[in-house]
Amino acid sequence: MREITYLEAVREAMSQEMRKNQDVYLLGEDIGVYGGAFGVTRGMIEEFGPERVRNTPISEAAIAGAAVGSALTGMRPILELQFSDFITIAMDQLVNQAAKLRYMYGGKGKVPMVVRTPAGSGTGAAAQHSQSLEAWMAHIPGLKVVQPSTAYDAKGLLKAAIDDDNPVIFYEHKLLYKMKSHVPEEPYSIPLGKADMKREGKDVTIVATAMMVHKALEAAKELEKEGIDVEIVDPRTLVPLDEETIVESVKKTGRVVVVHEAVKRGGYGGEIASIIAESEAFDYLDAPIKRLGGLPVPIPYNPNLEKAAVPQVPDIIKAVKETVQFK
Amino acid sequence: MSNHALPAFITDEKLVELYKQMWLIRYFDEKVDQFFAKGMIHGTTHLCVGQEATAAGSIAVLQEKDKITSTHRGHGHCIAKGASVDKMMAELFGKVTGYCKGKGGSMHIADVEKGNLGANGIVGGGIPLAVGAALTSRMKNEGYVVLCFFGDGAANEGSFHESLNLASIWDLPVVFICENNQYGMSGSVKDMFNIEHIADRAQAYGIPGKVIDGNDMLEVMNAVYEAVEYARSGKGPVLIEAKTYRWKGHSKSDAKKYRTREEEQEWRKKDPIKRFKEYLMEKGVLTEEKAEQLREEAFREIEDAVAFAEKSPEPSLDTLLEDVYA
Repeated sequence: MREITYLEAVREAMSQEMRKNQDVYLLGEDIGVYGGAFGVTRGMIEEFGPERVRNTPISEAAIAGAAVGSALTGMRPILELQFSDFITIAMDQLVNQAAKLRYMYGGKGKVPMVVRTPAGSGTGAAAQHSQSLEAWMAHIPGLKVVQPSTAYDAKGLLKAAIDDDNPVIFYEHKLLYKMKSHVPEEPYSIPLGKADMKREGKDVTIVATAMMVHKALEAAKELEKEGIDVEIVDPRTLVPLDEETIVESVKKTGRVVVVHEAVKRGGYGGEIASIIAESEAFDYLDAPIKRLGGLPVPIPYNPNLEKAAVPQVPDIIKAVKETVQFK
Repeated sequence: MSNHALPAFITDEKLVELYKQMWLIRYFDEKVDQFFAKGMIHGTTHLCVGQEATAAGSIAVLQEKDKITSTHRGHGHCIAKGASVDKMMAELFGKVTGYCKGKGGSMHIADVEKGNLGANGIVGGGIPLAVGAALTSRMKNEGYVVLCFFGDGAANEGSFHESLNLASIWDLPVVFICENNQYGMSGSVKDMFNIEHIADRAQAYGIPGKVIDGNDMLEVMNAVYEAVEYARSGKGPVLIEAKTYRWKGHSKSDAKKYRTREEEQEWRKKDPIKRFKEYLMEKGVLTEEKAEQLREEAFREIEDAVAFAEKSPEPSLDTLLEDVYA
């Protein structure tokens, strides 16, 4: 099967939907001839024209709100928010408007929109362009939150997000844009709320999201040499969350490490750990649930400091060993 | 009172209907005020008594397909856009028969089907939504205009600036109507702006701006009609500033320490309903008897709305989690 990058997979999902459905359009900053800050929309304005690939001023509140207003009146916008850190400026429109309109209006009206936004550290962009703020969004009833970790997942999840009648926050990890995987050419959909087993194993479960899925896979390779068989569950969507797959895996292995790049304090890993603790998997646990997350610090500029701020492969290996060796 | 050419659909009969509608708006909010004073409705509410002309006058000149976005002070807009006062009152009572099945309350009444995209509890929160709805009109070629209400306070929000610029560069069919009622909660426009007219900001976005007497029905109708047709023709947005005054406090808990009773009396003399009545009588389309009859009809309709709301059932607890997602 053909291999394409995560970035190309995102673009292909959008282009295929836009060819099929005139209501789907794109808006965002520098998404026109520039092709977006990361090049995701490159070539799209040439194919779809400036009416459907709308290059906007640097006005995150207005463009987020314009997406909400147009979704409420029958369009299916895809908003590219240049860096997920900028969600702070669009917050009212996403949290107080998009997420709540349907409920406040007693079920009348719907807001079918996708906010695609690059997240995560590792590019040297420092504190205001490197955050992982997905837990904020996952906290808000009315929003759905997606975090694809592979090109294959990105394409299928983005189609599902575009087809969904609710506001979906779609986090793309910057370090994954260039990563390739097998991706079918034809459109396909991966249901929101369906986790993926990225590796099967029997000794310990790692629940990992986005970039951490790949770090966990690397760690698993190392651990295999020492006879530790790791299972890796990638939730893929935080809201809705596939609790069942996580719980079943923990029941099987009896040991679990939850890892994400976002700051550990108040991070979504706490939610996952709590779900496990509250579930029937609790009785199967042979070791305390372990959480790994970013340190409570803004992402620093210096590459060594930047790396040290978020979990790395050796951190995961260490955490897994501690969990497996717990008596 | 100004007297320009109004659209043909504003017949004498329609003008008389609008007179009654103004009373309907006033009585609705007077009634809500009483209920709050008696503790019969919970939560909070923002009343538009004294501002009836900006709601009734501007929406009167819209076509059926046109849409509005409203504010936390939105009961008047809602009634003018054709909402049922029964369902509105039921919503304020938190009843399942209300517009939002009792889940929205005073600040979130919407009637999306009828083109009322909703009141909004966030100051300036509805302005970008209006731009988005206007974008749909453009992209789907639906020919409707969005009338975007907001107050003087919202004109100092970032969303105002971003939205007017966005609507301007895309020539979107939206009319921004600022109901300048002189106070954002307690903040006087005299303290919160260093300009005399908010409409002057239009120049900064390269769009027409106009200041009008918001208590003059005819002036409101004329200015908004002109702006709406300008926007409909594809020329882009317009900013209208309607100077008006809210007779009541900001919300139910307001002791109105930030303004004088004298100032309130001065504005009461500019009562938009009284002025419109005088105009209609001068024009010979309304008599004193007819005016009284319409006022009484409006009063009774609000009493009926209260009766409807009171006898309506509470929402079942089973509905709590419904409608979070589509």
